[in-house]
Amino acid sequence: MPELKFDKAKCDDCKAVSCLVKCQYIDLDKTKAKKEWQKVINGQDSFVLKACVTCYACEEYCTFGNHPLYMIVERQEEKGILPQSRPITKQAINMTTAQGKFLVGKPEKTALSFCAIPRLYTLASGKLFENVLPSWVLGTEFFCQAMFLHFARMSVITENLPKIIDNIWNQGIREVIFLHDECYGTFTKLAPAYGIEVPFKSIHYFEHIYKRLKELGHEIKPLNVKAAYHRNCSARLVPETDHFVDDIFGLIGVERVKREYDHENALCCGGLLLTSFGYDKGHDVQKRNIDDMVKFGAEYCVFNCPACWDPLAEKVARRGIKPIHIIDLCKLAIGEKQAVEVTV
Amino acid sequence: MQQQDYASQIHRCFRCGYCKFPTDYSSFNCPPYRRFRFDTYSTSGRLWLIYAWLKGEVEWSERLAEVLYTCTTCKNCTEQCPMKFAPDIVDWIVGARSDMVEKGRIPPRVAKFFEAVYGYGNPLKLLRSDRAAWANGTKMYAPGDEYLLYIGCLGSYDENGQKMAKALVNVLDVAGISFGILGSDEECCGNEIYMLGEMGLFQTLVEKNNQKFKELGVKKIITLSPHAYNVMKNRYPALGANFEVYHYTQLLKDLLKENKVKISPNKAKVTYQDPCFLGRYNKIYEEPRQILRSIPGLELVEMEKNRADAFCCGGGSGNFIMDLLAGGEDSPARVRAREAYATGADTLAVACPSCMTMFTDAVKSEDLDGKLAVKDISQIVSESLL
Amino acid sequence: MSDIYEALVKIVGKDYASNHHEERYFYGRDPGLMTPHEADYVVMPATTEEVQEIVKLANREKVPIVPKGAGLALTGLVIPLKGGIVMDMKRMDKILEVNENARYVVVEGGATHGALRDYLNKRHPNLRNSLPESPPITTIAANVVIHGQGRLTNQYGFNSDMVNGLEVVLPTGEVCKIGSCSVGPYWFSKGPPLPDLSGLFLGWLGTTGVLTKVGLKLYPKKRIKDLEIFVTDKEDLIPDIIFKITHTEMVEDLAIWAQERPLMFRGNYHINTFLTADSEGELEMKRKMVYDSVQEYVDSKDAGFMTMNLDMRRDFMDNPQKSMTAFADVRRGGGFEYAGPIIPLELYPECARKVAELAVKYRVVYGGSGRIIHGGHCMMFSFAYTFNRADLDEMDRARRALHEAAEFVADKGGLLWKPNIDEQKIMMERMDPNTLKLMTNIKKFLDPNGIMNPGNWEAK
Repeated sequence: MPELKFDKAKCDDCKAVSCLVKCQYIDLDKTKAKKEWQKVINGQDSFVLKACVTCYACEEYCTFGNHPLYMIVERQEEKGILPQSRPITKQAINMTTAQGKFLVGKPEKTALSFCAIPRLYTLASGKLFENVLPSWVLGTEFFCQAMFLHFARMSVITENLPKIIDNIWNQGIREVIFLHDECYGTFTKLAPAYGIEVPFKSIHYFEHIYKRLKELGHEIKPLNVKAAYHRNCSARLVPETDHFVDDIFGLIGVERVKREYDHENALCCGGLLLTSFGYDKGHDVQKRNIDDMVKFGAEYCVFNCPACWDPLAEKVARRGIKPIHIIDLCKLAIGEKQAVEVTV
Repeated sequence: MQQQDYASQIHRCFRCGYCKFPTDYSSFNCPPYRRFRFDTYSTSGRLWLIYAWLKGEVEWSERLAEVLYTCTTCKNCTEQCPMKFAPDIVDWIVGARSDMVEKGRIPPRVAKFFEAVYGYGNPLKLLRSDRAAWANGTKMYAPGDEYLLYIGCLGSYDENGQKMAKALVNVLDVAGISFGILGSDEECCGNEIYMLGEMGLFQTLVEKNNQKFKELGVKKIITLSPHAYNVMKNRYPALGANFEVYHYTQLLKDLLKENKVKISPNKAKVTYQDPCFLGRYNKIYEEPRQILRSIPGLELVEMEKNRADAFCCGGGSGNFIMDLLAGGEDSPARVRAREAYATGADTLAVACPSCMTMFTDAVKSEDLDGKLAVKDISQIVSESLL
Repeated sequence: MSDIYEALVKIVGKDYASNHHEERYFYGRDPGLMTPHEADYVVMPATTEEVQEIVKLANREKVPIVPKGAGLALTGLVIPLKGGIVMDMKRMDKILEVNENARYVVVEGGATHGALRDYLNKRHPNLRNSLPESPPITTIAANVVIHGQGRLTNQYGFNSDMVNGLEVVLPTGEVCKIGSCSVGPYWFSKGPPLPDLSGLFLGWLGTTGVLTKVGLKLYPKKRIKDLEIFVTDKEDLIPDIIFKITHTEMVEDLAIWAQERPLMFRGNYHINTFLTADSEGELEMKRKMVYDSVQEYVDSKDAGFMTMNLDMRRDFMDNPQKSMTAFADVRRGGGFEYAGPIIPLELYPECARKVAELAVKYRVVYGGSGRIIHGGHCMMFSFAYTFNRADLDEMDRARRALHEAAEFVADKGGLLWKPNIDEQKIMMERMDPNTLKLMTNIKKFLDPNGIMNPGNWEAK
């Protein structure tokens, strides 16, 4: 079983304990945070393990790259702590169990990966992707597994990941454009953290879109709109990609409103908070997030993650802000139609 | 569709009845069900009776034939059926018809239709030599012309169809399009022959057409009729066709957009009938509307059931000749004519010679002559030319 | 016999009477598992007067009559068990009147739920009826005659509880008005404060008369709809979960379902909680109340609310739910039938285990679902088994599974809903003898010649 490359000494020496101090859902000063974190890394019981909402933020907050999120998930699993309910955990496992059905377009050396999210297949169309399509893969055989970070199932991730890597490789793919942060994060951060070798090159779809927009520059009509960027949890796994949001917005004439709940301070979409922690917690997070968007005059709420879309898009729309995936926003800028919409 | 395919699948119909309706369930949208109202005349009735016939539980009869051939293959059922096999429904019906043709179990009207096409090259049983009588000097296709304009049987022989053909030729001439017709060398496209299940004759027609097009070096075809468009786009390639095909509305839309023809104002209030073979079969809903909207002064109003929910005129599967759904105010064309009139429109725009024929008669039967004009889009554009 | 045909032609016209084998064959069956029996005639009346004439003819000739809507009860209730005339009511499809203030509609006996839904959407958008999940061709009259349920059943009871009056052609041919419409022009009550005679027709499966008009209650239609799905893997918790959710009195409809496929649903029980509101505030208040009501189960990790993508949610919220009909094609065979006994909630866990157990025993694919009735006073539990119509052995196994399910539930004290003749017997065998005698006497009184859908509700 692969082991986490965790350096205990880094945590022992850490003075800031940013992983817990900065946590938006647990209120701890440095002293208490240090104490609780020591319990976690030493395998003792800590309330942190049950209180963690799995927003992934600590993975970003840690200045040492010492994987506090992965450590929490491992400890949760060891202690039988369920962040989500038992039946929802079962559902997640059932939903993503490989069935031996390979859904592929015409994979070539460079391919798009839609993971196990059919909506990404819907989004990835038009000029932004015509230079890669129909080279794509979709389905449980290519599922990145990172979702199980929400379910205290690191063992499932590390057990399945090598098979997924093989499945991608065996399609002849050597360079994958991932349309989700979790996928990109899995293959560039999580896998190496467990010593799992990833033989193909991983490209974040932001980078791909940015390049394509530059190539299509003459077709861009600036949108001249203000948008709130809803930064999803898995963006925390790959914070180095955040600049692309600004780069892309810059090309298409979108202003990323400077609001409170963006960048490091971004709030979870509330989906899993509602389902597993109760109405007040989830609703509060969603309300604060959307109030913030309204307060700063956003006309659009730009999503990066389809899983955030489902709990949040309609609520955003009911507050008079148009929800849109960043791919669709770019499509509008080059005169194409939005592929995924909500009506309220 | 292989006969075996339909025979092994047709039992899957659950007779849930979604096939009878449009999306909003506002009224019945299956033409034979609307006309006859026995459940046997709906898609589910038809499929269950075919299955019964295959099992020997129901014997061939005139009634069974009527049930089978009153289906206009409009594809409303495909659009509404909640099952995975929905896209195959019409293929199953065609498969059953084909089976019956092979067994010689077809009603007289259908037999006459086949004989006419076989002997005369058209279902109206008019002389081949008269096929281009409407043409009045329209240029014949010559190698090097950009488009072959394929007129079709109704456009060539039916009085209203001929008006459509002339109007379209006029518009194309004014736009300076390079095209020609085949005149009396034109062969039936075979769409109805296919839908009625005469696969041998269909294959012969397609081979003849493909051969002719190849010899002439035809690369692009414009069709007057959506029936021809449908069969040439979707069936001909498998039998060796190698050309692009367009329905004329696809071309006209661009001609107007690019100002290749100048249009004067036309203050008509128009409602548009989506032909089945353009709409549900090939998802072409917007181009005809764009043409109408680009005519200054023209007001386009929609019938309640439009686009994928359009109610078929009842002319499909050869019924523009065989007229198996005729009779009474529940005949589909009359029902639809009333729906068109209810929009307040003074003109019912069509884009299909079959619709044109069916609605022209229906408007008369409904005493709407003088109140609701039936015009093809080509005619509306031709009349509006500066 | 041809005299009967000629007589029918004289009543309805040549186009609407048939003695062709095609109609006799098709109308002699339904999509379920019951043995077919061909009709002798099929007729489609357009007016109450035509129905009367047909009924009188049947009495004269001692020929059975079976009124038929869409046949989607699936339990053979429209199969003419003793031949005779099948009367397809669907030409009588008019929506006659909507009284907005009193919130009711009056429809003809063949009007469909689909047509009513559209009519209200377009003309009375702030009113709705309790739409069943069965396909839109389901007729309102047939649905109330079998005590159907719909999307408002948790709030307001069986769809038959929502009847506001009837016009009935009695088996002897008289036209009878039931409820307030028997005294005046309004259709606001099916009985109270007068004796409630609707009970002579509702639930009798067409054996006591032909419904030619139905008055139906309508309800407020709110602007916003939403759905939460609460999931547990322990069926024993369901009764208490439902009890807690229904205590809030905030939920429009509550349905429970469990199925093996797709894989993501396997092993869990899902509670669909439908919410409606006219404002965001109202919606969130209701949502919070529902969430809070079951928080203890969330805290114990025994259950949780499901996140679902908007396409899935739209499918569930669709009413009727088209995807439910697609269950018929799971075996690529166009068939399913369900026994839907009405049970107290406390029997849910046993039924949930039983439906799966029978599926294994008889090697059939199941769907186990249920709908809460009137705040949880009882519920409908559906033992649904799908089959391939071309596989006679599978059909037989499904039939036996359903029979065993019916026996099981009846032994526990449940009631068999829309019972096929087999299930009717099971009920009658367990019925209080005086109750059964009363039923028999009422049938005999109303239908002295035994012409109305004979074979049903017949005690030995």
